[in-house]
Amino acid sequence: MSYLKRVLRMAFAWLEAGLDRIFTPACNPLYHLGALGFLYYWVVAATGIYLYIFFDTGLTEAHDSIESITYGQWYLGGVMRSLHRYASDGMVAMMMVHMLREFSLDRYRGARWFTWFTGLPVLWMVYAAGISGYWMVWDRLAQYIAIATTEWLDWLPIIGGTIARNFLNPERLDDRFFTLMVFMHIFVPLFLLFVLWIHLQRVTRPVIHPPRLLAGGTLLMLLVLSVIKPAESQPPANLDLVPSQVGLDWFYLPAYPLMDILGNGALWGLTALGTLLFIALPWLPPLRRTAAKAAVVDLANCNGCARCAEDCPYAAIEMGRRTDGRPFDRQAVVSTELCVACGICVGACPTAMPFRRASDLIPGIDLPETPARALRDRIHEAAEGLTGDARIMVFGCEHSYDAPTLAGREIAALRIPCVGMLPPAFIDYVLSRRLAEGVVLAGCSEGECHNRTGIRWTVDRLARTRDPMLRKRVPRERIETVWAPPVEGWTLRRRVAAFAEQLRRRAAEETDDRPGEAAE
Amino acid sequence: MSMTAIMRWAGQAVIYAGMALWLGYFANRPVYTHLPPDQALIKLSVVHGAQRKGKCRKRTQDELDAMNPNMRTPYDCPRERLPIAIEILLDGAVLYDRSVTAAGLVHGGTTRAYERFAVASGRHELVARMVDSARTEGYDFQRAATIELSPGENFVIDFRAEAGGFLFNGKSVSYVPQG
Repeated sequence: MSYLKRVLRMAFAWLEAGLDRIFTPACNPLYHLGALGFLYYWVVAATGIYLYIFFDTGLTEAHDSIESITYGQWYLGGVMRSLHRYASDGMVAMMMVHMLREFSLDRYRGARWFTWFTGLPVLWMVYAAGISGYWMVWDRLAQYIAIATTEWLDWLPIIGGTIARNFLNPERLDDRFFTLMVFMHIFVPLFLLFVLWIHLQRVTRPVIHPPRLLAGGTLLMLLVLSVIKPAESQPPANLDLVPSQVGLDWFYLPAYPLMDILGNGALWGLTALGTLLFIALPWLPPLRRTAAKAAVVDLANCNGCARCAEDCPYAAIEMGRRTDGRPFDRQAVVSTELCVACGICVGACPTAMPFRRASDLIPGIDLPETPARALRDRIHEAAEGLTGDARIMVFGCEHSYDAPTLAGREIAALRIPCVGMLPPAFIDYVLSRRLAEGVVLAGCSEGECHNRTGIRWTVDRLARTRDPMLRKRVPRERIETVWAPPVEGWTLRRRVAAFAEQLRRRAAEETDDRPGEAAE
Repeated sequence: MSMTAIMRWAGQAVIYAGMALWLGYFANRPVYTHLPPDQALIKLSVVHGAQRKGKCRKRTQDELDAMNPNMRTPYDCPRERLPIAIEILLDGAVLYDRSVTAAGLVHGGTTRAYERFAVASGRHELVARMVDSARTEGYDFQRAATIELSPGENFVIDFRAEAGGFLFNGKSVSYVPQG
């Protein structure tokens, strides 16, 4: 499993890096798979409403009405139908890639189990909605799907082999069948929307709209495809004949050939096994000690400012009533169930102040395994061995390129869970105490931070638009930010080398400006 | 427009084209062959209530008096039904030969059998037999016919006891008179 995950992660990392260059990180489709899924959903919903206006429910009327939509008004109805089909396929494609990517990023364990788990009914419902849609056309593909599905359902002892009898011959089937299908095809997608809402319950600020450029490109692609290759029906269903050859939609119907190859019982077994594995995955080895790493609140230092709660990407912090009698209204309360120990809350805490002398460095909220005090100690240790005119302190996040490999005579590199964990005061500390001439923040990916908002908040804090802000006395040109995923080590190395050169030039300029010192 | 921007737009066009190709092709290709073109399908579907395993017993007057008025049925019949033996022969060869138990926890429901067989198209001798009683010799229902299956035909062996037993639904069926 770990090997599969590593291979997938590397594959995705290369793809992401490539698409970053083509689409820019802000519009990289791999960072907006969920949002693209939503876009496809809305296209399916809108075109579905239009198609339903002209759709007739009836054994012969269903196919006839679809043909009339497809050819009678090809310029609108035909395009709508094609958009309906291709957007449905696109939704499955996005959903599958989204699932694989989250798996490869290990974003399904710990606090994320809920989002992973609620993805399962989404998966099932998308398939149920799509397959019921294919039935409604009542062509030979619909006939094949209807019979195969009912035979599969009939395998269950509780159903007992009676549904498929409805499709033995034309006399057994009536128009009510389509009423049922229409109900399913409308009700399931509506309910799906509700399940999607649940799916996003533990995600703060969920992104459900792709960037306009990406949305525009996707819609244009769908439109062009719909015009060039309109979706068409197969010949009308005829229960006297077996649909020997069918053009399958492989996004929705790959399981159907398996029914023929493996048998219905084996397919039920596979389905049950796959479902169980999907559900169990967050708890299968290798397990992460998420609960032990959750952030802890130190009430003696928490003034209830709520910045941590505001910045937490996982809604793991709530502001509760004060329990220690100190003169503040509220206090931060961490849910160990939801906390992934990214440390973004520590980065947001105004008491995470390394300059403290009167008291020990214990911020209002801290990570037990990467405490702020230990980070300050590590900074001092790392800075001790540095020499030269362009000493650089690199803070690399756990999900970017392995920053410590950059360490050398002039470069010290420390790993932190997320760049968003580093309070701006620490940068001020490194520079004002002359522990280094420059600071590099190396985050995982500009388009999509592993911890969702770590990079965004860091950028805002450095730009002095979000609390806690970088103090004005800190020279911004001594801070470099590099957002480089693990496969882009060369980008990080190149940017750090360029930054060092820039610092060296600055040092030389400063020396030139002080001739007396230079002479000494 | 800079060269980088042009390259970027071109790259996006290629990616979108690739996506369109992916969606457009796999939306209905490659074609799946469910049944080879020279074959036909024989489908057996039976839903039938077999005879009860035990005989019904007439309740005594004392027994009836002891029962609630609305429950006083004159006969006490065991719920369990006998299994049904179904045999299908095609050109003398056994296609299906199974004893099927009735549905339900005590096997008191109807017996259901559903099976499909892909066979070569052309002329065949088809025989369907059933035993739904405790008899050990002979059959309760049987039917034989010469059938002509065209390629891709969906030939159905249905069963309705009230219509005389097995029903063969196909394009060309010549029933063989039973002796």
